Amino acid sequence: MSEGFNIDIVNPEKSFLSKENVSEVVVPAYEGEMGILKDHIPIISFLKPGIIKVISGSEEHNFYVEDGIVEFKDNTLSILTSSIFDIKNVNKKHVSDEIQEAEKELNKDDLNDQKRFLLNHKVEILKSISIN
Amino acid sequence: MASLDDLKKRISSVKSTQKITKAMKMVAAAKLRRAQESAERGRPYSEKMNNIILNLSSGVSDKENAPKLLSGTGDDKVHLCVVLTADRGLCGGFNSNIIKKAKSYFQKISDSGKTLKIITVGSKGYDQLKRLYQDKIIENISFKESKNANYFDADKVGKIIIEKFENNEFDVCTIFFNQFKNVITQIPQEQQIIPLKTEEKENKSSEENYEFEPDEDEILGNLLPKNISTQIFKAMLENSASEQGSRMSAMDNATRNAGEMVDKLTIEYNRSRQAAITKELIEIISGAESL
Repeated sequence: MSEGFNIDIVNPEKSFLSKENVSEVVVPAYEGEMGILKDHIPIISFLKPGIIKVISGSEEHNFYVEDGIVEFKDNTLSILTSSIFDIKNVNKKHVSDEIQEAEKELNKDDLNDQKRFLLNHKVEILKSISIN
Repeated sequence: MASLDDLKKRISSVKSTQKITKAMKMVAAAKLRRAQESAERGRPYSEKMNNIILNLSSGVSDKENAPKLLSGTGDDKVHLCVVLTADRGLCGGFNSNIIKKAKSYFQKISDSGKTLKIITVGSKGYDQLKRLYQDKIIENISFKESKNANYFDADKVGKIIIEKFENNEFDVCTIFFNQFKNVITQIPQEQQIIPLKTEEKENKSSEENYEFEPDEDEILGNLLPKNISTQIFKAMLENSASEQGSRMSAMDNATRNAGEMVDKLTIEYNRSRQAAITKELIEIISGAESL
């Protein structure tokens, strides 16, 4: 038996990442960060903007996601998302564009609290990416 | 009979048509490969999405309070049909097959006295339907400027549908598209997306107990609109692969027909050239004889 589990990240256009033997994944779930280890019970949750951390052995991969759904079942973690990118080869310009857009959105009046919270959060995360 | 000059002109015109159809076939073949690839790459997402929703909806205990996108409005008076077609012609029976399928469905709806509303995606479908169903078409969407089917466009269509659903503009939503089977076969499909049909639910033996965070209803409420866009995106991918496949085989046929036509015309040209020569000879000989 292997020590880890499988992870599949798919977006509508293609399969983004498929990896075996991952020891831990941290996802920005809706109600807070959630670390998933092997033999987690089946869970479905959705994501808020944040960083997915994929740890396998000593390697660590970070991805930024905006939204999505996670499903864990039979030691397979599936993440469905429409917007994801690898933090390592991220385009700085793209990030600052996203921040601007989110900030523009924030200035609208008809936002409800939940949306405002999500957008604030998004801006925060994106800013922390662009600094590094 | 046409004169030699006319025949010559026709032969050269058919030949240049053949060149065009051949080029179109090549282009379609190249595009087909790409479209097919992206259709295959897009499959895992929609499959997974479907699975999750199946798991979720089998876990929903009271159907009364289930989200309306799943259970429907409880009525089926107003039907919304989304007809997905290509933006371009010259692709064999591709567009007309979808239209034919859609029309027979429309007929059924109006025969049973229900109200029909139509959204067309792609300009060819609009062109073909506007004559008969002008008053029924409530929206006409076209993505002429985007080169490939992309999720962003599908999401736009999905949002329009959901907005209309939330304004209680329809009860049942069906989409029409061509499913890509192989290059020569595309099957026109109708698929009901609102309320969601979950026939496979019974066959699922493994009813896993999931943990939900936040609760089921909220997840379903978040997921179902996404699923609409995903289904439309899937339909768009299938459609674009089908379109290229259909165009490729249509252009292949056209090229072959043009070749046959060139052969026939060449024979006719040669025959009439020979006849002209023979006639001239006979004239000379009989002229000499009479002297």
